[in-house]
Amino acid sequence: MNKIAKQEILDNLRNASPSKGDFVTDNSVIYDKKWTQEQKIERFCQVTSAVNTQIKQTTLHDAQRDLIDLLTEKGVRHLMQGSPSPIAKEITDNWTAMDTGVKLRSFDQKIEACKEELFSVDASLTTTLGAIAETGSLILWPTREEPRLLSLVPPIHVALVYEDRFFNTFLEAIEQEQWTTHMPTNALLISGPSKTSDIEQELCYGVHGPKELVVMIIRNN
Amino acid sequence: MTLVNGKDFKGRVHKALKDEELRANFRRAMDGLMGKRAMQFTDGDEWTRLRNLGESIKKRALSKLPELLERLEENCTKNGIKVHWARTVDEANSIILEILKSHDVKTVVKGKSMVSEEMELNHFLGDHGIRALEADLGEYIVQMAGQMPSHIVMPAIHMNKGQIAKLFQDNLPDTPYSEDAAELTAIARKELRREFMEAGAGLSGVNFAVAETGTLCLVENEGNGRMVTTVPPVHIAVTGIEKVVENLSDVPALLSLLTRSATGQPITTYFNMISSPRKEGEKDGPKEVHLVLLDNGRSKVYRDTETRDTLQCIRCGACMNHCPVYTRIGGHAYGGVYPGPIGKILTPQLEGLDEYPEHASASTLCNACVEVCPVKIPIAKMLVRLRDENSGNCPHGEHPLKGRGAKSSTIENAGWSGWAAMNASPATYKVATTAMSRIGNLLPQSAPMLKEWTSVRVKPKFAKKTLHQMAKEMGLKDE
Repeated sequence: MNKIAKQEILDNLRNASPSKGDFVTDNSVIYDKKWTQEQKIERFCQVTSAVNTQIKQTTLHDAQRDLIDLLTEKGVRHLMQGSPSPIAKEITDNWTAMDTGVKLRSFDQKIEACKEELFSVDASLTTTLGAIAETGSLILWPTREEPRLLSLVPPIHVALVYEDRFFNTFLEAIEQEQWTTHMPTNALLISGPSKTSDIEQELCYGVHGPKELVVMIIRNN
Repeated sequence: MTLVNGKDFKGRVHKALKDEELRANFRRAMDGLMGKRAMQFTDGDEWTRLRNLGESIKKRALSKLPELLERLEENCTKNGIKVHWARTVDEANSIILEILKSHDVKTVVKGKSMVSEEMELNHFLGDHGIRALEADLGEYIVQMAGQMPSHIVMPAIHMNKGQIAKLFQDNLPDTPYSEDAAELTAIARKELRREFMEAGAGLSGVNFAVAETGTLCLVENEGNGRMVTTVPPVHIAVTGIEKVVENLSDVPALLSLLTRSATGQPITTYFNMISSPRKEGEKDGPKEVHLVLLDNGRSKVYRDTETRDTLQCIRCGACMNHCPVYTRIGGHAYGGVYPGPIGKILTPQLEGLDEYPEHASASTLCNACVEVCPVKIPIAKMLVRLRDENSGNCPHGEHPLKGRGAKSSTIENAGWSGWAAMNASPATYKVATTAMSRIGNLLPQSAPMLKEWTSVRVKPKFAKKTLHQMAKEMGLKDE
């Protein structure tokens, strides 16, 4: 049935009169959106703060302390990270040695084996591929080490982004990083915590995804 | 229960117009959405260039549609996504049922998908013992109420907090009445979390399908779209064949136009790009991903280069948000899956003019929809085309639409022939106008044709003298 259906649909389309005109794609309106390094970070913070994202600017040196302070303040008991967590490791290393009430967990099994656990932790930590200034978006590129549900299920999501990984636009990220040659199973843009305004257009955060999104911008100094 | 029906449009319109609660709900929502959208496009030059870009991207994709569909299939297949083709909703429903049966699925959780509404999928699966549960908050509410979405982006826009509070109280165990939107949202979150964990399959729509990379893109704010495409072991995506775009670099412009036009957001919370099922060594994601490509009349809409523009639609809903008719009658009055201006041109083309004969007339051709359309669909022009087709006198169009002549009437056609003949000769024109000035006011309101005219208007009052007579008396020369 599939083959016949496909053939008939394609035949119908091919028998149609050809479209008139030439369809030149002029992306200049997007390329015109350009900012300096600092402007990009500033714009990112401004746009994403407007949708309730919390921003914490720090350095690699202070990141662990800042993260612990932040989690403690929020009353987080369990923080889940990837396994092995490539960049976050620098931040979460020696966690047990720290005097903290926050327990560190790892997403080290297949989802089938740890569904209950994942749905019960209260925060997660992930890396990002970078961020987009225009729309205040994080680019997430989940991997074997950092599964995609880490940025979705726990009610608080903390994401790290390095200061030299800010792009002007989504298009710039796609082109500069040559996404088309290596699309992952799942790539994501995340712009704020989960939200809805389905009830009388009243904005509410935390419907199905995280209620809080914290972006830690890692500065070089 | 089927809610799709084009008949008795007028009856539903009158009912909606008298429903003050409904009208207040829509007025408030549409004013809000228009205001938010306007804030996104304050730079007129950027808006003009971006929508030209959006239009050119969609037109280019449509110009190569068959090639792009084959390329999409090839790349999806290479990535491990199984592609299915369906000519009709029946075929699409059967394909999905087979997949679900083969995995012994009892419950399928759904992300928002208008195509699945077109298929009446929930109803179909229900008949076969499979529970389809909507997970988008608006859709969840509408499903609980046993209704259809009244807006393609905001499905429950026709309801207010009180109505939703009552619905939750009546349908969910141990749920007290609360009109607090945050509380209502929290209730839905709690109810649905377990469903995501336990469902045997997830189903979603597609906003853009990228031929170049075999990637399915989903736009959403809530996270339910990510849940249904990630947690259950099987993901089925359904899409109309017109959603394919050529390149990944085509996506950013369309995404920007879509979210800004739809809800006035620079971008939605999540933009989810899915290119394959779970790969070896990955810890989550569905083990199977299926893509169902649905035609359901689209290839017929495609045949004609004029009606083809309808397929440029990216389903932002801006046309309905700005429509003076939609704002007053709401989405349900249309009786189809797609309401508002886009529904008025799309539904009769997919289902036939004979099924939806009133749609093309429910417009003042004010052009508001055309002005805000982010991909420049000439909706008003299309409405005129459909009216012509309705009358059966369509002079243009290489391919007649299904149900052409649905509103053709012998009396009306004879009337217009007489009108044309009368105006073609000075002598008959004089006889006719003089006659109307003498007996016009004596005609009863129930006279043929006058009856239709006066159903919503006062009867015209004829002057005692014709314009020609008065001009002559003023001393104007008859040249």
